[in-house]
Amino acid sequence: MEKEIRKKILEILEKDARLNAKDIASMLGCDADETAAEINAMEKENIICGYHAFINWDKTDDEKISALIELKVTPQRGNGFDKIAEKIYQFPEVESLYLMSGGYDFTVILKKATMKEIAFFVSSKLAVIDEVQSTATHIVLVRYKDHGTLFIEPHKDLRMVVTP
Amino acid sequence: MRNFICEKIKKIKPSGIRRLFDIANEIPDVISLGVGEPDFDTPWHVREEGMYALQKGRTFYTSNAGLPELRDEICKNIKRKYGLDYDSKNEVVVTIGGSEAIDIALRALLDPGDEVVCPEPCFVSYQPCILLSDGVPVPIPLSAETEFRLTPEKLEAAITEKTKALLMSYPSNPTGAIMEREDLEKIAEVALRHDLIVITDEIYSELSYKGAHVSIANMPGMQERTILINGFSKAYAMTGWRLGYALAPAHIMEYMLKIHQFAIMSAPTVSQYAAVAALRDGDKDIEMMKASYDQRRRFLMEAFRDMGLPCFEPYGAFYVFPDISEFGMTSEDFCTALLKAENVAVVPGSAFGECGDKHVRISYAYSVDTLKEAMKRLGRFAEELRSSPRS
Repeated sequence: MEKEIRKKILEILEKDARLNAKDIASMLGCDADETAAEINAMEKENIICGYHAFINWDKTDDEKISALIELKVTPQRGNGFDKIAEKIYQFPEVESLYLMSGGYDFTVILKKATMKEIAFFVSSKLAVIDEVQSTATHIVLVRYKDHGTLFIEPHKDLRMVVTP
Repeated sequence: MRNFICEKIKKIKPSGIRRLFDIANEIPDVISLGVGEPDFDTPWHVREEGMYALQKGRTFYTSNAGLPELRDEICKNIKRKYGLDYDSKNEVVVTIGGSEAIDIALRALLDPGDEVVCPEPCFVSYQPCILLSDGVPVPIPLSAETEFRLTPEKLEAAITEKTKALLMSYPSNPTGAIMEREDLEKIAEVALRHDLIVITDEIYSELSYKGAHVSIANMPGMQERTILINGFSKAYAMTGWRLGYALAPAHIMEYMLKIHQFAIMSAPTVSQYAAVAALRDGDKDIEMMKASYDQRRRFLMEAFRDMGLPCFEPYGAFYVFPDISEFGMTSEDFCTALLKAENVAVVPGSAFGECGDKHVRISYAYSVDTLKEAMKRLGRFAEELRSSPRS
């Protein structure tokens, strides 16, 4: 039962993190204090890891670009990929890091940066890590959709103002 | 030149929604809670099927009753959901929305002077459609005291020797009311005793938040005297595709189909192909939308409690129907004033029948953000009215 409520709270927050505990409680038909406690607990347990604004930087005059890097590595005896991951995610330049199945091992997504900064980071920070065998850097040209949100055109309400 | 317009149509009052629409439409940043359709887009897999039908050049008429595949899927769906058996060959017709189904049902049944009893507040087209079929609409005024459910006593009181049909719709637009099995059993008993046919518009059946929807056709002895109407608009967010259907015993369907055949020919073909996809693979879409509506429904009920606006808890459709009688205004005056003061459009209850005048219809087919802002404004408006009572 408790798990079910947590899941529902998370689904609501994932769509709109600005909703407060009272609103969420009323939407779910639960007690406001209990909901607040549940949210609090999930923050402590690192299930909810943060609340961020979701920004389309392309709409600003920001000129920086996003890069996605495919990384092939040699896993280390005893600690597999985790130790290598640590060496990578410690860099503030890294926005996301995933261990992948398939043709390569890690997907590294960098924070938006200039071409020069990206080139420097890949060649002198990433590629030089001992376990890294190869890198393939891809530049994002257009972001159409991210986190379930369309970046291209905002959803317009096309309905008439009043209908029966 | 003569006035060519017939008396019948001249006598029918224009929709009460129209006036409000005309004012609201002129206000640029109006927050509208006035629409009677989902805010979701039609699920992508359904739209894709529609596009595929176009690509394939499936743009011819279908058989009058509708695509055989679609009729099959409709019957399977009804069997699965209500356990009712209908023959897809001669007991179903695919119509242009639920609206056409209501029209052809009434036209197939009514002789001049036949009375149709109809619980109010109800959807705006019922009375006009009865009048256009030369029938006599007999409203059964309902109130929040019975949660806008039809009671056997009220039904009984409206029945005369001229009564032929009961026309009802649950979950209800505009009230959001539902009828549960116990309620329907009693109504079925009266219908059987008085030998009535029931036209039941169940277009909101999938949006029922208190257990699964039950149809009056499920009551013993009722399927043979029921015309069951449903459609794709609300369940699958497909209003603009204009697609509904009616299910009825073959000896009734035969005549409904005759009208449909001459007046309409067949429902839009592309829409019918898309609807097949909706029925085959749309359960999870319904589930997702329903869960979302339910959250907003609860959110509004809480908002009304906070602002002290009485509202019975509706368990269906996507409307709430709060009571505004404390302000001593007609529902139309209330809506006009709210629109002018706060740029919020809601629909006067009187648009759905005289007995709705103590209420306004608020649709929650909007984002929580929009609802939140609208409730803030509505609360402010209510406070304003309370602190400066009109003389």
